[in-house]
Amino acid sequence: MKLNLPRLLLGLTCLLIAIWLVAPTLIIIPMSFAGKKSLVFPPQGFSLQWYENFFTNPQWFGSLIVSAKVAVMVSVVATVIGTMAAIGIERMRGRAAGIIRAVLITPMIVPGVVLAVGIYAVYLDTRLVGTWTGYVLAHTLLAIPFVVIAVGANLAVFDERLETAAASLGASRLTTFFTITLPLILPGILSGALFAFVTSFDEVIVSLFITSPQLKTLPVQIFSSMTRDADPTVAAVGSLIFLATSLIIGLGLIFGMRGRRV
Amino acid sequence: MSTKSAPRASRGPLYLTLPALAVLVLVMAVPLGVIVLRSFMEPEPGLANYVWFFQTKVNITVLLRTFSIAFWVTVCCVLAAYPYAFAMSVAGPRLRLALIMCVLVPFWVSGVVRTLAWVILLQDSGVINRVLLSMGFEKVRLIRTQLGVTIGMTQVLLPFMIMPLYAVMRGIDLRLLQAARSLGAHPVKTFFQIYLPLSLPGVFAGATIVFILALGFYITPLLLGGPQSTMLSTLIQQQVLSLLNWGRGGAMGVVLLIATFGILGIASPFMRRKYQMSGGSR
Repeated sequence: MKLNLPRLLLGLTCLLIAIWLVAPTLIIIPMSFAGKKSLVFPPQGFSLQWYENFFTNPQWFGSLIVSAKVAVMVSVVATVIGTMAAIGIERMRGRAAGIIRAVLITPMIVPGVVLAVGIYAVYLDTRLVGTWTGYVLAHTLLAIPFVVIAVGANLAVFDERLETAAASLGASRLTTFFTITLPLILPGILSGALFAFVTSFDEVIVSLFITSPQLKTLPVQIFSSMTRDADPTVAAVGSLIFLATSLIIGLGLIFGMRGRRV
Repeated sequence: MSTKSAPRASRGPLYLTLPALAVLVLVMAVPLGVIVLRSFMEPEPGLANYVWFFQTKVNITVLLRTFSIAFWVTVCCVLAAYPYAFAMSVAGPRLRLALIMCVLVPFWVSGVVRTLAWVILLQDSGVINRVLLSMGFEKVRLIRTQLGVTIGMTQVLLPFMIMPLYAVMRGIDLRLLQAARSLGAHPVKTFFQIYLPLSLPGVFAGATIVFILALGFYITPLLLGGPQSTMLSTLIQQQVLSLLNWGRGGAMGVVLLIATFGILGIASPFMRRKYQMSGGSR
């Protein structure tokens, strides 16, 4: 079609960048089967002891349960609050909408440690350090921008005349919302909920400040393990998270494509 | 497009945003307010903490280093993301999906675990150094250096550069390039006079996001870096958690906040897609 050299160069560059993006993630998987307690690549020997350690050591498994519970609560709370806000913004006129949207996205921009120090200061005074409420509140704050963006993007392509049509046919506002609006913006809400879950499940900076030995999330446990010694259990956790996410995204792709075709 | 009744447009929408705004006030505005207040009030009212910050050599060194690392990370991200995003925008559907997957895969493992991968790769006995040795080169110190921190941060932040750039590039009408070529313009000239200006809003948007995020980076510099590559976030954490000096830590936090929002304010006019021309055929 065109000169081949530029295309070849472009392809090669992209291949290198793709490897650079993906390889560090994949290196975790062989590390998780290491025979000895060291983090030197390539690993020597083979064992499943790090997976066993993850599932049997209460420090590790307990923190997974804490993280999962917090993330579920956060995705429910943030999705409800964030969806309401996105609908509110979409229905607003004039500059107010833009300002409120910008304000709701700021948690993504504020430097993590500054926010963490501030939240820590407030939590010390209100005794929220190391509590479920503390984690859920802080993670909800960080998850709201993702929900507002995801639902907002869906609302932007939503045809409001459908609501008007339903109303003109006599449907109440509540009926209109649950039978017309909600089903149509459900993809945005679901992806918002997924983002909220991931945000909470992966959050580490604020959690490091508000953690307690009794109530620790998984990223905090991973972080403290990494700063303490070279424990391949971290690699086992990483591989498990990778596997779980791949499954979820794979299913999402299959369902997403099916949904688009119908 | 809108056919809204007046009463719904007046009060209803605001109520809907109140819960989200309440969370924002309670968990962000109040905490940041406390930080600002403490930076001026502890141990005694005045500007002492700020005077201390700007008169202590270590702080200035770390502040400048934070900016310099963020700058180099941004430069590396732009250089790597530009060809990649371009390839994404011209690729066929299958190749495009594969390229998008490669951008998203790093997000599939926890951020902390991703940093572990870089520790494994960059350490003195790590893969990169052994490859270098086997090729006859000398060992390079990567871990606990600025170079190592920059490499790790660039990989973590690259997706934030690729996605906005791709969003702008896919909106560029490639027929403009064909038109320029058919009128006799050299490919290099076509690129610099047509394509680059059209893609600049994406470059600005991505670069701003990457720079701002890099300024506040904490985990990666902490785990990959050493005393010679400390960034501002680590210093703030030390002041507050190790030295229990909330005033000084607060002043540093305020400096970082002002830097972040200052840059955002300066850069945001350049991020608008005012050059966008195509009717959105894709």
